[in-house]
Amino acid sequence: MIVGVPLPGPTVFGLDPLYTGGVGLAEVLITLFKVGVAFALLMVAVMLMIWFERKVISDMQNRIGPNLAGPFGILQTLADGIKLFFKEDLIPEKSDRLVFKLAPYLSLVPAFLVFAVVPVGGNFSGGNGRVSLFGHETFLQVADPPVGILLVLAMSSVAVYGVMLAGWSSGSKYPLLASVRASAQMVSYEAALGLSLAAVLLKSGSLSTNQIVSEQSVWNWNLWVTWVVPMVIFLIAATAELNRPPFDLVEAEQELVGGFHTEYSSIRFALFYLAEFMNMITMSAIVVTLFLGGPNGPDFTSVGWLSGVLWFFVKLMLFLFFFVWLRATLPRFRYDQLMDLGWKLLIPLSLGWLLVLASYDVAGDRGWNRAAAVIVALAIMAALASLLALALRAARQRRELDPQGEFV
Amino acid sequence: MGYLQGFAVTLRKMFKGTESGRVVTTQYPDEKRPKPERFHGRHVLNRYEDGMEKCIGCELCAGVCPARCIYVRGADNPPDDPVSPGERFGYVYEINYLRCIHCDLCVEACPTEAITESKLFEFSFTNRSDAIYTKDELVVGDDGRPQQLPWEDWHPGDDEHTSAWVRATSPSGRADYEGQVAWSGELGYGIRSPERGQKAEGEPDEEPDRDDHGGHH
Repeated sequence: MIVGVPLPGPTVFGLDPLYTGGVGLAEVLITLFKVGVAFALLMVAVMLMIWFERKVISDMQNRIGPNLAGPFGILQTLADGIKLFFKEDLIPEKSDRLVFKLAPYLSLVPAFLVFAVVPVGGNFSGGNGRVSLFGHETFLQVADPPVGILLVLAMSSVAVYGVMLAGWSSGSKYPLLASVRASAQMVSYEAALGLSLAAVLLKSGSLSTNQIVSEQSVWNWNLWVTWVVPMVIFLIAATAELNRPPFDLVEAEQELVGGFHTEYSSIRFALFYLAEFMNMITMSAIVVTLFLGGPNGPDFTSVGWLSGVLWFFVKLMLFLFFFVWLRATLPRFRYDQLMDLGWKLLIPLSLGWLLVLASYDVAGDRGWNRAAAVIVALAIMAALASLLALALRAARQRRELDPQGEFV
Repeated sequence: MGYLQGFAVTLRKMFKGTESGRVVTTQYPDEKRPKPERFHGRHVLNRYEDGMEKCIGCELCAGVCPARCIYVRGADNPPDDPVSPGERFGYVYEINYLRCIHCDLCVEACPTEAITESKLFEFSFTNRSDAIYTKDELVVGDDGRPQQLPWEDWHPGDDEHTSAWVRATSPSGRADYEGQVAWSGELGYGIRSPERGQKAEGEPDEEPDRDDHGGHH
């Protein structure tokens, strides 16, 4: 199923047609322009997102929400940011000062970097996502490395360090507990995240985000190409990865004061806050890219790239609203429930689904009966699932007989 | 599908209000809710109708205060110019509003109803010395009304019904005591009428106008 699109050349910049004719001043300037636009876009998006979340949650709780700063309180985030910027910067006496100062950036920089590989526009139905920018053909994304999706996974792993080191370097017990939870949670759910993502990679045959989106044009979205389940798993795992409710054990106020950023104040706290919401936006963008065809959609404008951008935005908003809705609705999971869901349900399910999809593809390649192959695969999965359920039940029974773990 | 019903609830709430309206928020500084009858606010030190101070400097309020925010020192009344009708009077009386929790225990402890609480809660000071109210600031003026200090935001009715529970005529719940007034008169107000829903002995059925009592004794 590997798609035979020839790579234009082994460049580190990937498939972006901008760099095929060599890199000159114009190319550098265009790249810088794209970086600047992406940066500004993200910052403004975060500002609006925080406002959006507060407003929507207020509506769902019959409150008003921010309504004083600017029309409809839209400048509330700006006011909060300015306030935080000018507040006193505290560093606890027992903290590891260097790590304490470094941690917010370890949280923030990955959040920015992930967005670099997201194609936010372009006409993918015929033009392979190329748009003309200042007379040069390029993609509407900052970079399209051949390992695009791996970069996303790598960055979300690095982001764990931000949370973990923040808690550890604070020299305080609650942040430490929160960071222990955070690392365990994020590492566990990264497995489910990666496995559900593998289903997409199996179908599109490329790690490049641009390729993945091209494969989905116009209605060939991975949502139904991979039969829905991987996206559901990805969404749940992404919510856990983002430490968003109902998986926000890292910031469980009732148990851990503020969570890993208890000791942070002023601009450093603002950076964590920024990173949290930026992660939410980039993760939504990744879901849209992987499963909902990115900027793909019926072209309804005369300007070639505009409809792609609009489709991307509409799909992005869908997920941003979903995350807010989730927060307003669901209560927080207990820690063992969180781990149960991740290890005992999501990881086996995503792994099994990947194998079912693979059997479908292999049957197609070998000329076997696809339906029969899928049924056989499902039967094997069902058998394995019942084995797993049996093992879990046996383990639970043993725990109940020996709750202290004395006779293990 | 019990899990999904919650999502329907939150989504419905986005477009529909509660029984009491679209939103439950009171936009505080712009709109204010009426204060309850027994609201606990800033204290006042009351005087008798003849202008004498009610405080006898017994320090019971300071003793009962859980926040330890009251400081009282009593002194003997000067024989030629007594401050209070008894033997002693409150010579120093200070309340630290950075500590006070407005529990009203001082009011309950006071044997002479000298200290009661008004309904004023909108007072914000900009330094610590303003937060400590001295006797000069707490004691009511010659018209019987609480002094209005520059940083206080008084509203009509804030000085009425002060510590209304004192004026519940049947505090033990015994109907025998209903309608029997057992509290002393106050400068500017006279004998305050009982709490809402009850009436003193010999009073007409309708709620009497409280300002009528002013000044006579």
